[in-house]
Amino acid sequence: MKILYALFVAAFAALAIVPFAAPWLQFVLTIAIAKGFAAVGVALLLRAGLISIGHAMFYAAGAYTAAFIVLRSGISDLFVLLIASTLVTAVIGALVGAYLVRYRAIFFAMLNLAVSMVFFALLSKLYGITGGTDGLRVPVPTVLGMTLTKAGFDIVLFYVALALMAIIAGLGVQFLKSPLGHAVGAIHTNEVRLEYLGVSAWTVLLIAYTISAALAGLGGAIAAVSIGHVLPEYAYWTESGHLVLTAVLGGIGGVAGPFIGSIFLEIVHTVAVGVAHNAWNLIMGATLLLVIFFLPQGLYGLVTKSADKTSSAKLGENKS
Amino acid sequence: MLDMALPLIMDALANAALIFFVAVGLTLVFSVQRILNVAHGSFYSIGAYIAASMGLWLISAGLNPWLSFPALLLSAALVAMVLGPLVERTLIRWTYGRHEAIQILVTFGLFLILEDLQRLVFGVRSIYQDTPMALLGVTEIGGIFYLNYQLLLIVLALAVLFGMRFLIKHTRLGRLLVAVVADREVSLAMGINTDRAFVIAFTLGVFLAALGGALATPTTGVAPGLGAETMVLAFAVAAIGGLGQIEGAAVASIIVAGAKVLAVYYAPAFDTVAPFLVMLAVLLVRPNGLFGTATTRKI
Repeated sequence: MKILYALFVAAFAALAIVPFAAPWLQFVLTIAIAKGFAAVGVALLLRAGLISIGHAMFYAAGAYTAAFIVLRSGISDLFVLLIASTLVTAVIGALVGAYLVRYRAIFFAMLNLAVSMVFFALLSKLYGITGGTDGLRVPVPTVLGMTLTKAGFDIVLFYVALALMAIIAGLGVQFLKSPLGHAVGAIHTNEVRLEYLGVSAWTVLLIAYTISAALAGLGGAIAAVSIGHVLPEYAYWTESGHLVLTAVLGGIGGVAGPFIGSIFLEIVHTVAVGVAHNAWNLIMGATLLLVIFFLPQGLYGLVTKSADKTSSAKLGENKS
Repeated sequence: MLDMALPLIMDALANAALIFFVAVGLTLVFSVQRILNVAHGSFYSIGAYIAASMGLWLISAGLNPWLSFPALLLSAALVAMVLGPLVERTLIRWTYGRHEAIQILVTFGLFLILEDLQRLVFGVRSIYQDTPMALLGVTEIGGIFYLNYQLLLIVLALAVLFGMRFLIKHTRLGRLLVAVVADREVSLAMGINTDRAFVIAFTLGVFLAALGGALATPTTGVAPGLGAETMVLAFAVAAIGGLGQIEGAAVASIIVAGAKVLAVYYAPAFDTVAPFLVMLAVLLVRPNGLFGTATTRKI
């Protein structure tokens, strides 16, 4: 485990010097972390055995909330935007979740899809409120009262996103260790026995759903202020599919997996777009199939596996 | 009153026919294979692309334009013969009995691959080819003109509905499929070639989706993103009817198309929302769809 932590710290330090070492990566990584939050939310539900093909809806909800607050209320502090978007999305998640967590398996997947498509259609049709298919432009927010240039703001946003990633990862690890975290996994293993133990599956899932929605909303808000433009396409069902893909690619076993998957995908995407623009989805689809067939634990499984190997090898050395 | 309602009803029924082809394929594959195929919409758009290209080729080669009707059928059959067995044997077979999340992800991966293959092969421009619709012309009833092609669509949808019923209730193959749906292991023990049954059911599903796409090209044309759009609509229809219910899919197609047409006339902003609102409302009251049967929770 020590090696694993050392690896994380090294990876984190490598990310922290990106704005100076490789400035072109800064925007890519900000978006990767934003999508990573949404993917962590999707992975949380996957732990319970529930697949949501609609989580892009919460990503979009977070993005549009941030846009609305800046454009309508005139409040434009970054931290206010992030907190408010997360809270608003959590409320939407709790409302939608209260209805959806009664369902399982394919019905859960399809109902998420249906709700997200309603949301997508409303975003693209209600021109007066959402700007229709043109979306909304988001001005550069202020940070703690300071007005920054776009370039300066982007650097601040990158470090904020990075710090939030560390905080969420820490909280996530604690959550998975908590009784509630175990209960989420138990819904996948055996829901009926969980209820015999006196734990309400509905409540556990509603909490998990609300958290996952809030995480997606936080990611959406970061993406909105980073890109400076929100579009209905954020909520389209294929985006939701990509979030699930990211979570599975990284590995749903821990909190780090979805972030690893997201960063990996965004970097590959940036490189691939120049080489083969029309074949990007093809590469992603093929990668997904390969991961499912050959790496059931995802990329993160690869990291833990090799870390385990080295630590067990060390153990052997000590014995001899 | 009837004069006003009749065009609406015709419009709704023709729409319902097109949705029905693709939804019934999805529901058939779900009932036999127990798989929700996310790539189903891609078969629809591939069918549409092949049919449109074949139609354009027929015209440019100076052949008899009436040949475009058999070309529609032929292109759907081609897509099914090539992609059906190939996809079932390589990918889908691997997911039988696995977790739904895996099944959905594998078919989503297939969807992504097929989407880009279409872009690479057919380009990113939209193709419009309406020879079959133009050839059939219009009929005038009470001063209102109706497209004969719409009538053809409705007749074909009915033919598919009754053909499927006949296949399942009165043929040997249909009974084998019913047996496999009821209990795969017992069917296998009784000597039924379940692998073959799976290939046939999946290929038939692909054929129905491709047929829907081919028949839709004269009315709407085909453009990138069509597969993704069709997919969610077919999902909604299959869910409203009850997954695995053929008659349910027919009734649900009419409900969804009706809701869509009404929305187009009275609240155009909501035409794309209508099918999903209907789906949410139906599943709220009947979680397994209108004709779905309840399943018990397994311990």
